[in-house]
Amino acid sequence: MPLNNETELKIFRKAALCRAFEEETFRQVQSKNVKIPVYLSAGQEYTSATLATFLEQYNKQIFIQHRGHSTYLSFGGNVEALVYELLGDKRGCANGMGGSASIQSKEKQIYGHDGLMGSHVPIATGMCYGNKKLTLCFTGDAAAEEDYSITSIGWASTKNLPIWYIVEDNNLSILTKKKVRRNWELDSVAKAMNVNAFGINDDPVELWNSIENHDITKPLLLNVYTNRLFWHAGAGIDDVNTFDRHKIYIEKFGKEVLNEAEHIVKEAWSKCLSR
Amino acid sequence: MSITLRDTIKDTVKHHLTKENGLAMGQCLTAVGWVGGTLPELYEEDGMVELSMADVAGGGFAVGAALAGRRPMYVIRYQGFNWFNAPMIINYAAKSKEIWGVPCPMMVRSIAMEGGIGPVAGSSHHALYYRMPGVKIVSPMTPYEYANMYLEFMDSDDVLYVSEHRGAYGNTEELPNIEYNIPDIVLFPISITRFAAVEAAKELEKEGYRVAVHHIVNIKPFQPSESDRNALLKARHGIVLDDDYVDGIAKSLAFDLSKGINADMHVMGLKDRSAGFYPQVDNLPPSKDEIIAKIKEILK
Repeated sequence: MPLNNETELKIFRKAALCRAFEEETFRQVQSKNVKIPVYLSAGQEYTSATLATFLEQYNKQIFIQHRGHSTYLSFGGNVEALVYELLGDKRGCANGMGGSASIQSKEKQIYGHDGLMGSHVPIATGMCYGNKKLTLCFTGDAAAEEDYSITSIGWASTKNLPIWYIVEDNNLSILTKKKVRRNWELDSVAKAMNVNAFGINDDPVELWNSIENHDITKPLLLNVYTNRLFWHAGAGIDDVNTFDRHKIYIEKFGKEVLNEAEHIVKEAWSKCLSR
Repeated sequence: MSITLRDTIKDTVKHHLTKENGLAMGQCLTAVGWVGGTLPELYEEDGMVELSMADVAGGGFAVGAALAGRRPMYVIRYQGFNWFNAPMIINYAAKSKEIWGVPCPMMVRSIAMEGGIGPVAGSSHHALYYRMPGVKIVSPMTPYEYANMYLEFMDSDDVLYVSEHRGAYGNTEELPNIEYNIPDIVLFPISITRFAAVEAAKELEKEGYRVAVHHIVNIKPFQPSESDRNALLKARHGIVLDDDYVDGIAKSLAFDLSKGINADMHVMGLKDRSAGFYPQVDNLPPSKDEIIAKIKEILK
């Protein structure tokens, strides 16, 4: 089914919540209420928002990367539990131990990341092998370079597993650009391993069109070109001219959704900070 | 005819796959030898999973299968390969329960052997896991110890590193402690060194030495028994014997055993050098003769 206006609005709502959360977290880091390394995903939220909307009806397990707030929120992770987690509180989604990089949601079958770059790629693949459940595995373009990440795609292909690898390709490893690190693309590697693969922008329409005809029982790799608006870690901006898809959607759907999202987020922070 | 450790392991794996919905995962499992005869002739549809030769990823696949509740037995044909296999086991599976409240129970069947197999494949490397939290380490050398270990594994939700040794696969005997009212020295052997320790103790008994042997099966967590401590208290001399390098588990256990006891503790294990392939450059665990020589040196 092609992406219609109503569904696109749903994607925008999810993305708006993610953006509001990251902007508020940015402020909380600056005001030193959050005292740990924080990996903000502002700019990258349309990938997870689109996939979460597309796969809403499916029973799935999700593995997220260290820059995973938007993935967690897009797939329904609890906002307050994430705030508590960033504050190091036991009520956090990872019992106050996971910080920003190792968040999870048992309720939404979102599995935490252990801090070793890309280690969740083979783990997600193994879990998918173990229970044959639809599995989503989000990685960055740097973690996807890990040898064990790449060989995992090969094993998923060999075993014909229902796993989707989503590479959130912001072209940066901290600040080192992709062309400095390699001259190849992940979707080409996946195709060579007989996996259905696309290299596409994080435009929801483009993303939706690429996946709507995919056989969900088979492996897929999406290398999604996206943009990181804030620093690798912490609250700061590398380049104020970075493309921001959110502006296009605000223009299209208006600010009412933004206000709702900001209200939810501010209320959660205020509640958690006061306890 | 008595059952060997090899057959016990094979029966255990068969039960795990056919009765418990478990998996056995590893490289070259179904090739000639079936990993030293410890695997039943079962295939992927039965839960015997051939992994690719990607060593690091393979450890991750096993961890994922554990998250799915399949309690994988991850078979590592040479313990030294853990340099590649271990990262996700000790950084994800072993920590998952503590950090996320999500147990990730799996068994690492890590197999040692030595003699002419060079600097990586030879001997035990259980110390690689020892320093990390959330992992239990056990080294069963007898049929009963192995069967008991499996029952405990199935009753728990832990990550279990099983330090096996091919040299013990043919063993049919249990290995009770050798005890004396007042021993001259107490040996605390681990893994394959347990057999050499027993031989040394028996030979020295003929010469009038009272050499006690207190076997170590559960390496981590390690809880010295009252009997271990009493024997050491009386003897005042002890040796921890290991099939790994001594700068690891052996020295740690020597400390745990002798804490608060004025005992003269020693360790024997692999020498602090790399192993070559020929006998003259190999690096083997302490032999019966080397243990006897060490005891005589300590007691002279």
